[in-house]
Amino acid sequence: MIKRIGTYSPFRPSPITMFFSYIILGLWSIFVLFTIYWLVITAFKTPANVDNGPRFLPFVDYQPTLDAWRYMLIDSGDSVVRPYFNTIVIGLWSSVFALILGASTSYALTRFTYRPKWGLIGLFVLCVVLAIILVAVGIPWYMALIVALAIYFLLALTIGRRFKKALGNSDIAFWLVSQRMLPPVIVILPIYIMFQQLHLLNTHLGLIIAYTAANLPLAVWFLRDYFQTIPIELEESAFIDGATRYQVLWRIILPLSMPGLVATFLIVLVFAWNEYTMALFLTGADTQTMPLLVVAQNATRGPQWWNISVLVTMMIAPIVILAIILERYIAKGILVGAVKG
Amino acid sequence: MQAKTEIAPQSLLTQEERIANFTSRLDASARYVLLLPAVIIVLVLAIFPLLVSLYLSFSSFKFVKGGFSIDFVGLLNYAKLISGSEQRSFLGKPGAIPVLGWALLAIFVGMMIYMLYGYFRSSAFSIFGCIMRVISVVLASALAWLTLSTLAGQDGLPGALVVTLVFVIGGVTLQYFLGLGLALLLTQNLPGKRFFRVVFLLPMMITPVGIGFLFKMMTDALKGPFSPLLLAAGLGNVSFLGSGDTARIAVLIGDVWQWTPFMFIILLAALEGVSREIIEASLVDGANRLQLFRHIIFPEVIPVSTTVILIRLIEAFKIIDLPNILTGGGPGTSTTTMTLQAYIDWRSLNLGGSAAIAYLLLIIVTFSALVFVNFIRRRLLEFA
Repeated sequence: MIKRIGTYSPFRPSPITMFFSYIILGLWSIFVLFTIYWLVITAFKTPANVDNGPRFLPFVDYQPTLDAWRYMLIDSGDSVVRPYFNTIVIGLWSSVFALILGASTSYALTRFTYRPKWGLIGLFVLCVVLAIILVAVGIPWYMALIVALAIYFLLALTIGRRFKKALGNSDIAFWLVSQRMLPPVIVILPIYIMFQQLHLLNTHLGLIIAYTAANLPLAVWFLRDYFQTIPIELEESAFIDGATRYQVLWRIILPLSMPGLVATFLIVLVFAWNEYTMALFLTGADTQTMPLLVVAQNATRGPQWWNISVLVTMMIAPIVILAIILERYIAKGILVGAVKG
Repeated sequence: MQAKTEIAPQSLLTQEERIANFTSRLDASARYVLLLPAVIIVLVLAIFPLLVSLYLSFSSFKFVKGGFSIDFVGLLNYAKLISGSEQRSFLGKPGAIPVLGWALLAIFVGMMIYMLYGYFRSSAFSIFGCIMRVISVVLASALAWLTLSTLAGQDGLPGALVVTLVFVIGGVTLQYFLGLGLALLLTQNLPGKRFFRVVFLLPMMITPVGIGFLFKMMTDALKGPFSPLLLAAGLGNVSFLGSGDTARIAVLIGDVWQWTPFMFIILLAALEGVSREIIEASLVDGANRLQLFRHIIFPEVIPVSTTVILIRLIEAFKIIDLPNILTGGGPGTSTTTMTLQAYIDWRSLNLGGSAAIAYLLLIIVTFSALVFVNFIRRRLLEFA
């Protein structure tokens, strides 16, 4: 479908076209940048500068200060620094895991053929339902789990061979990617209960696991299409030289798909960095992330714009800088996924 | 371990053969080792919760002494939303539709029935397809009536369902056309292209929570940057977030601000992928710009367009952070989306009701995605 990626001009712009193009592009840039500009300058205002009507230009109509920064970062103890640290830890680790899992899944889906049988899937779902009913009746969850799994394997081994209708790789991929359609609110309550049983609530690990699962569909979606573009001949020659699957994946596929990996990593990181709903349910005071802090401050210090601006500026700065540096990769990474759908 | 392998018959093999043996066993396991972790994670953290949620939506949750109890109540939670105590906040309060509204509705339903008629006449007719289409037409007409009577009707108040639909349909439409327009402008040979690309990308990277706060500042009538303008226009005391319609517009602007970049960046990449030779050939043949766009460029970007619209459609239904911060769902419930209502219900420990809303949302998302893929997308692809 794509014949050439590169810059070209379908229309050679005449001066008038250029003039109007710049006006429209300029207006949108102002729409985008002014909002961010307002955020950043508000972070350097004193309460008086905010409350006495709008001030637009630092050094001209007001004197910027670091008061708000000092207040939020030093005077408030670690109530800001800790969520920041949490966000970094959770964001990075969950993105790394999502990338590893996404890469291995995508590789498996592009290089092996799977034929899961409809009947076995139906059986499995029935056994899960059975486990849920058992728990609802009052049996401890681990007992229910063991019983359900035992029944599943028993049935799969005995009547499993009779099932004929099977699915293919693209069905598995679609199933994985379609998890993105689930609104977080629908799955978060059971995850909350599950994490409570496993003592994962209010831990970094809990949120890392949740984000990895939420990001996996995205990673599979982008990377699968990327891996499909890598010629299989490269791998075949490696196999002849005696390499294993894992070596091929590690030494050949991953280095070749670097741009795709970078784009996927950034997109996944942005999601984990900005996510609010799951964090709200799964974290406590110690593991709070930045979006939660912003919301909490918004509720308690509603009118204190200068303080909240500091928080939001701190929060978006690393991502915005990364986005500026990696802009080219993002466009390419998203496009590969989008074109093939 | 070392000693054991010495005794085993494998010790008769040479070192290389042993490695080859091991390698082939490793390779045989690879097809499961590489795929199963992802499948298990999705099963445990998506499919299993989905089923549990279904059960929760049929039950009521109460705190009792020493823990909590979950009682099965059947369809009660859903009944409450559709016709019971929560009908007002979920479906809204219908009002008297003005004449113009009835006319619009009639045109919409007429078009639907005409499409249905076309399907009955076509050769692709099947019982299953027929039933699905009738259901789709009835549901879409009902939603259109609900939207009109709660939004435009006199004394009508939109509920979470209509608010969500407004944000989804309004937001995605605006984002698509703005994104396409900006992308078309940037396919020209303009100096400073890269600057615009980077700037246009930025909002996508900012957290929705932060954007809620940003637009809260921008729309403040007294301290916001536009307050001098409002004062000059004699609107000094008008609060932008104070009335339902303007609050919804504010949320919509915030959403457009954030997600236009997504459309823009993908459409730009797709537009730049259109082959230069075809464009030059058609220009040589004397096509004007409009023809060029209609017959050459637009058909080439339609497949990508349908995909980005589908992605945004699915994601837009989940909107929660932006209205939560910007308006808190208010004034009243005029910007409360379905996810936000589910969250509010959860906070008041109405877990069953929360799960029921979440499930209805899932049904609506799936329905919309299916309608889009089967009816709209197919039509667009044929059009291309």
